[in-house]
Amino acid sequence: MAYKFKTDLKYSDITPKLAWLNRRKLMASGAAALGLLALPLTAGAATRNQRYSTDEKLTDYEDITSYNNFYEFGTRKEDPANYAHQLTTSPWEVKVDGLVGKPGTYSFEDIVKDVTLEERIYRLRCVEAWSMVVPWIGFQLSDFLNRVEPQSGAKYVAFETLLRPEEMRGQRSRMLDWPYREGLRLDEAMHPLTLLATGLYGEDMPKQNGAPIRLVVPWKYGFKSIKSIVRMSLVSEQPETTWNMQAPREYGFYSNVNPNRSHPRWSQATERVVGGGLFAKRIDTRMFNGYANEVASLYSGMDLMENY
Amino acid sequence: MSVVFKQKINGAIRRIPAWPIYALFPLPGLYLFWEALNDNLGANPIQVLEHEYGERGLQLIILALLITPIHRLTGVNLVKFRRAIGVISFVYILAHMSTWLVLDQGLDGAAIWTEIVKRPYITVGMIGFLALLPLVATSNNLSLRRLGPKRWRRLHQLTYFAAGAGAVHYLLVVKAWPIEPIVYALIVLALLFIRLWWKLKAKLRH
Repeated sequence: MAYKFKTDLKYSDITPKLAWLNRRKLMASGAAALGLLALPLTAGAATRNQRYSTDEKLTDYEDITSYNNFYEFGTRKEDPANYAHQLTTSPWEVKVDGLVGKPGTYSFEDIVKDVTLEERIYRLRCVEAWSMVVPWIGFQLSDFLNRVEPQSGAKYVAFETLLRPEEMRGQRSRMLDWPYREGLRLDEAMHPLTLLATGLYGEDMPKQNGAPIRLVVPWKYGFKSIKSIVRMSLVSEQPETTWNMQAPREYGFYSNVNPNRSHPRWSQATERVVGGGLFAKRIDTRMFNGYANEVASLYSGMDLMENY
Repeated sequence: MSVVFKQKINGAIRRIPAWPIYALFPLPGLYLFWEALNDNLGANPIQVLEHEYGERGLQLIILALLITPIHRLTGVNLVKFRRAIGVISFVYILAHMSTWLVLDQGLDGAAIWTEIVKRPYITVGMIGFLALLPLVATSNNLSLRRLGPKRWRRLHQLTYFAAGAGAVHYLLVVKAWPIEPIVYALIVLALLFIRLWWKLKAKLRH
């Protein structure tokens, strides 16, 4: 761990909020600035969950919000930051269907109204071999799943991202089979590390990071953490997932971070920590992205080279 | 294009020297490195350098391969610039590879060798780079005289191979099907195909 250090300081002690807001948005337009200065809808008073947070150095807000893979807005890293503002995230609804006791359409406000938001500082490891450390705001997916009451036959959760090519310009190209789909085994979905995130850095989720609500599964490659969710289905069979459909040899259903199992076209043994600058060294990638103690038991007896 | 107009253009081209290409074409690359040093290339400057240098190198190879078709199809003769364009394309590709070797891989010999052997896109890229070495080494008048125009020209047909390797290298590194590598691959394919077509036509005529 190149950046390991311990401190009681919070990022809010180090970087005045307005300073980092300033850099990004205040210059954009008066209207945007006013919007940002309004009280955040959900992310305000979250406290940090120390047990599930890493003490590694946080990636800058600027980097987290300008270097994104969100192909709905284009394949370049800067595309989401440039174009996600075109997305309408309010009103927002999530359809819950399949093997659940309480199917239906849940508004974003309804989903977050009774949950306790907390901050979790997680490592994020992209399948492209770069990584970040992100202070998410969110709640455990299990809280929501328990609320909608999965039935006994439910074995998997299937997720879907919004399909709205008028506002998501990347969807006008057929480079992926839209809408973006992801899935988890139910025990993975119920794991305490698995979050539904509604913000980061103490603020509502930026649109380029998957506003208003996204999944965060820190021991899996980043593409599993599906953004801007509009549907969750509890199902009995392993659901189809976008990257797996695109290239099954390259992106498995599980896609757990695994330094020993290379992507067919590149190594996964090391990663570049985003924000390290021009002369930083790559660091070793850890099994399950360093969350082996928490999640390895989910896969006991499974051949992880086969079930990649 | 009228003959007079063509002569005028070619006359003007004759008066433009090729050396400014050597002086000017590397400048965007140097500027980019300056930006990287000053932390102005965003979250992952190494990736930006790798990508930009590689793309610029491929663009310049394509430019070099365009000169003959332009000449044959329009009569405009830009061949005096081709050597400079080719040499600078090599410089960009060298910078592309050096960024990967030094900044990205930290000159870790074992890791680099594993990547070259195990990753098809790196293998293809390396082979393409090796194909450029005899070309840059013989991009001078002395070599041209020593080899004789026929052998020199045959040797420099390696450019076709290098361009193809560059296009495949780009296609292999991306996820999904973004448009840029596909466009480059189609351009390279078209430039190789047109030469094949001319060759076949010439053969049939004999």
